[in-house]
This record gives sequence, structure tokens and C-alpha cells, in this order.
Amino acid sequence: MPDSNQQSAQLAHDPPVGLTTAGGGALVASSPTGRRSRKGIGWPARLEITLLTGPTLLVYLFFVILPVAVAAYYGFFSWQGYGPPEDFVGLRNYLLIFQDGTFLDALWHNAAIVVLSLVVQGPVAVLLALLLNRKMRGQTLIRVFAFIPYVISEVVVGTGWSLMLQGDGAVNSLLKHVGLGWLRSDWLADPGLAIWTLMAILTWKYIGFAVILFLAGLQGIPDELTEAAAIDGASYWQIQRRITLPLLGPTIRIWAFLSMIGALQLFDLVYIIWGQYIASTAGTSTMATYMVANGRNAGEYGYGNAVAVVLFLISLVAALVYQRFVLRRDTEGAITGGVG
Amino acid sequence: MATVATRRATRANRRLVWGSPAVYFVALLLIGAMLAPVVYIILGGFRTNAQITTDPAGWPNPWKVGNYLGVLRDGVFWREVLNSAVVAVCTTAGVVTLGLMTSFILARYRFRGRGAMYALFAAGLMFPLTVAITPLYILVRTIGLMNTLPGVILPQIGFGISMTIIILVPFLRAIPDEIQEAASIDGCSRLGFFWRMVLPLSMPGVITVAILSFIASWNSYLLPLFILNRESTFTLPLGVQAFASQHSVDTAKVLAFTSLSMIPALVFFSLFQRRIVGGLAGAVKG
Repeated sequence: MPDSNQQSAQLAHDPPVGLTTAGGGALVASSPTGRRSRKGIGWPARLEITLLTGPTLLVYLFFVILPVAVAAYYGFFSWQGYGPPEDFVGLRNYLLIFQDGTFLDALWHNAAIVVLSLVVQGPVAVLLALLLNRKMRGQTLIRVFAFIPYVISEVVVGTGWSLMLQGDGAVNSLLKHVGLGWLRSDWLADPGLAIWTLMAILTWKYIGFAVILFLAGLQGIPDELTEAAAIDGASYWQIQRRITLPLLGPTIRIWAFLSMIGALQLFDLVYIIWGQYIASTAGTSTMATYMVANGRNAGEYGYGNAVAVVLFLISLVAALVYQRFVLRRDTEGAITGGVG
Repeated sequence: MATVATRRATRANRRLVWGSPAVYFVALLLIGAMLAPVVYIILGGFRTNAQITTDPAGWPNPWKVGNYLGVLRDGVFWREVLNSAVVAVCTTAGVVTLGLMTSFILARYRFRGRGAMYALFAAGLMFPLTVAITPLYILVRTIGLMNTLPGVILPQIGFGISMTIIILVPFLRAIPDEIQEAASIDGCSRLGFFWRMVLPLSMPGVITVAILSFIASWNSYLLPLFILNRESTFTLPLGVQAFASQHSVDTAKVLAFTSLSMIPALVFFSLFQRRIVGGLAGAVKG
């Protein structure tokens, strides 16, 4: 660690000098009037920046960025995963993906899950958050319980639900007990029903997260606004519609973003409950389960990487479009470059 | 009118007021829907297979603890708990240490490329592990970490950093410059400032991040599924799945195993739930 006296001297009165760090970032020769003009100057600062961000950048670039880049490369090969990839096939993998009806089905399922997640979970979660956003007895307990499915692992959720939803499982038995025997169905295998079962489980698992997020957002809305509106004679629902909801907008839009990306990448629950084969016949397969089934499990790593690239590009385009047209107005790029 | 406003204000300021019955009714419905499956799993572990077959949705009658005791006496369960604990603790320690150091730089230093670095880390938020899993598997295999816990821990740290930085940077920026100036007048270096001031002041954010990454790691499935193929290295999620397929006829025992495996995350969450809500609120606003 560098000598601390020297550092504080630098901190106090070093003239700004533009120097380049080993890590590639040049220190800003900040303007003398700048608020932080005395910071980030001189070699101790450069050393600190390198030492404190270096390891993180290394881990991040190696385990996050590199695999994505490498996937793009392997995607052009027919490769079984051993030795260097040699059988260059150009864009054939990509052509095969988009000619494969199984993939197009999966893509369609993903699209349905994205839309249904937004239109089912969003409004219900907003209503629940509005109802629960009162300082009342038992508030903490209600929040904890609402969050519990989110905390439980996908494997536990999947194992539990698949046991309950079996033909002779608890759900059908319960329906019979309460006199709704005619509702009994094959919840998991019926192709017309399975995707709705999946949606119900997803809603159960993830709605708590939305509710907690919205409650956090609601706490940021000052009481004065709703009180003033109440004094002016606005009804409860008018207040919610005209004041609370618009102010909750940024939170809702961030949630919708997270939900959309999560739905596009959905893997765990489908793979655990349906497995790779039944998922496609029951109509619940997703791009990610297709990727695992036809890539690693089939021993076709080149093809699997090409699917990963397609999944990546679809997510990227969705994220960028969403940022450009929806998120822009309230976060001004909180996700892309928001420091400062 | 003024009295109405005052009454409203006092009512809002005072805690522990009973809400209306309708609100409690909705809350009760919500809790019921959220807890029913969990209760089913836990109760199912107290039943026998015969009970489950004759009446899948019934109450344990009589209560049997044999399934739970059987799982608890099983060395496999404890080995998987240990593996999961090692992975979760190391991942959390790594994510918090690296994330805090980097967030400190991003929040309180000015240098060219800072915005780009933040954007680089933030972009990771858009691309969870799923997209990178196939090449990641090849990478881990190439560096010889297959069937080892570090092979899971290191990528998890990498993928956890984005969320950490997004949550921590606002916390660290919120520390007033005056404190730093006062510290530097008192002869405190920037790194001394980091240890003496930043670390204690950012504790709420750090705890939120730690809990989120611990739970995410405890529950993670896809990465261990690819990396850990040897049963001695299985973490709990893989163990639950293996157990469920090995004992597919012994439903009661599967349910007992499943409920025991969710206890740690539930305990961890209920101890710190206030912090999670608080931390998320900060992240949403920031």
C-alpha cells in the first residue's frame, strides 16, 4: 500500500496532469472549477484505480465477456467439443436454427411468456402493492410471506409443483374434494394447458419480487402529494390513478425490463418440471432449454453456441429497443453509462 | 378540512394501525396462495407414501418423522449442504470484496473511461448466465476446473458483479464530499478513508448485496448442472434433483429432502428481510 502521507498531499494540491494508466484509462485533467477537481490526480490515484478495479475487471472479462465472445466464434463451426474447432461451416448453424420448427416453437413460447408475464403479473402486482402500502399491523409479516416463493430455489419449486400437478397429485385430488372434479386435468402434459400451468407457476414464483419492488417504489412517493389531493376532494382511486401510478412509473418500467429479460432466458423451471423432451411436446420449451438439449446434451457444441448467440442477440435487441423507447425518459441510461 | 388533514397525517405517522378487513382479506388470500405449496411440501414429508397415494391432498395422519430423520442421518445430504455452503460463502465474499472495491473507484474517482467501465459492468445485468453457459462450460473445462467448487464459484462471482456495482455505486456516491475533505485534512489517505469511513457507511448496501448473492448462489442450478458431474461435488439443488429421480417412487422422502434443502435460504432471508427491501428501495431510486 502506498505511503499515506504522500497520498494526502497529492489529494490536497496536485496540479491536474493527464496521465495514462496501465489499465488503459487516462486520468481526466479535470477543470479547476470542477467539484472533484482535487481527486483522481497523480500516480497514487492511478495505482489505486488499477489495484481496486483490476481484479474485478479480470474476473469479469474472463468469465463473463470472454465466453460470450467465444460463443460467437464457435458458432461458425460444426464442433463436438473436443480439440480445436476445425470444421468451419459459416452460417450453416444459423440457417439450421431458423429452419428448425422446434426452435421456432420455443421462440414462440418465449414470446408468449414475455407478454403474459407483463400483462398478468404487472397489474396484479400493482394492485397488491397499492393494497399493502399502508402502515398497518402485520405489514412486515405479509411482505415476508409474499417474498417466500422468490427465495425458494427453482429446483425445490419445480420438484414440489410437479409432484402436486401430476395426474394423481394433490391439485386434482383437491379439486375433487371441493366438488370441482370436472376441472381435473393433465396439467403438465396437455399441450393446450401446459403453457398456462407454467405461467401460473411463474406468476406464483416471481410476483412477490414485483410486489416488493413496487412497495419500495411507493415508499418513495411523498405523503404530502396524496394528502393534498385528498384535501382537494379526490377519491382514493382518483389519487391512485392520477398521482401514485404515474409516480410509480419508473419502478414499473424497470420491473418490466427485468421481467422481460428473465422471461427470454427462462430455463430452470421448464427444464426441472418438464425435462428436455417433454418440454417440446407439451409446448413449454424455451430457447434456453432448446440450447441445452441440442447443444451440450446432443454433443453439438458448435450448434449450441450458435443458439446462444441467437438468444444473446434477441435479448440484446429487446433490451436496446426497450431502453431506447421506454426507459429513456426516466432513467436517461441508468443501465448504459449512468455515472455522473 | 384542516382537521381532516391533521388526522390523516397523524394516522399515517403512527405505526401499528389496524387496516380495513378487506385489506386483510386480500392479504390473507395472497399469503395462502404463496404458502400453500410450501406447506404441502413440508407436510408431505411427515406422511407415508401410502397416505400420499390414498389422499394426495390430505393432512399427515399419523405424523411420521422417519422421512426427515432418514434424510438427516444421510451423509449425502450433509455433504451437499457443505458444498452449497462453501460455494455460497465464497461467492458472496468474492462478490462483495470485488464489487465494493470497484464501486468505490467508480463512485469517488474521476478518470477518463469511468463511464465506459460502468457501462461495461452494467451491461452484464442484461445477460444472465444462461446465454454464456455453453462457452463458459468449455472455458472452465479448458482451465481444468471441471468437477471442482472453484469452477462454480469464479463464474458466479463474475456474473454477480454487475448487480453489486449497480446497487453499491449509489450508496458510495451518497457519502458527502465534506466527510472525505474533513478526513483528508485530518491526514487520512484515500484508502484510509475507504477503510474508516466508506466501509462502515455503506454497510446497509453491502448487506443487501451479500444476502442477494448468497441466496442466488444457494439456489443456482444451471451452472452447477454443467460444471459438477461427479456426485461428491453436487450442491443441494443438484442433490434434490438426483434424489428425486433416484427415489421417484418414494414421494414422501423426496418431499422431506426438498423441505430440508430450502431451510437455510428461508432462515437467511427471514433474518435479513428488512435489509433486502431497504436495499432494493435504494437501488430503484438510485
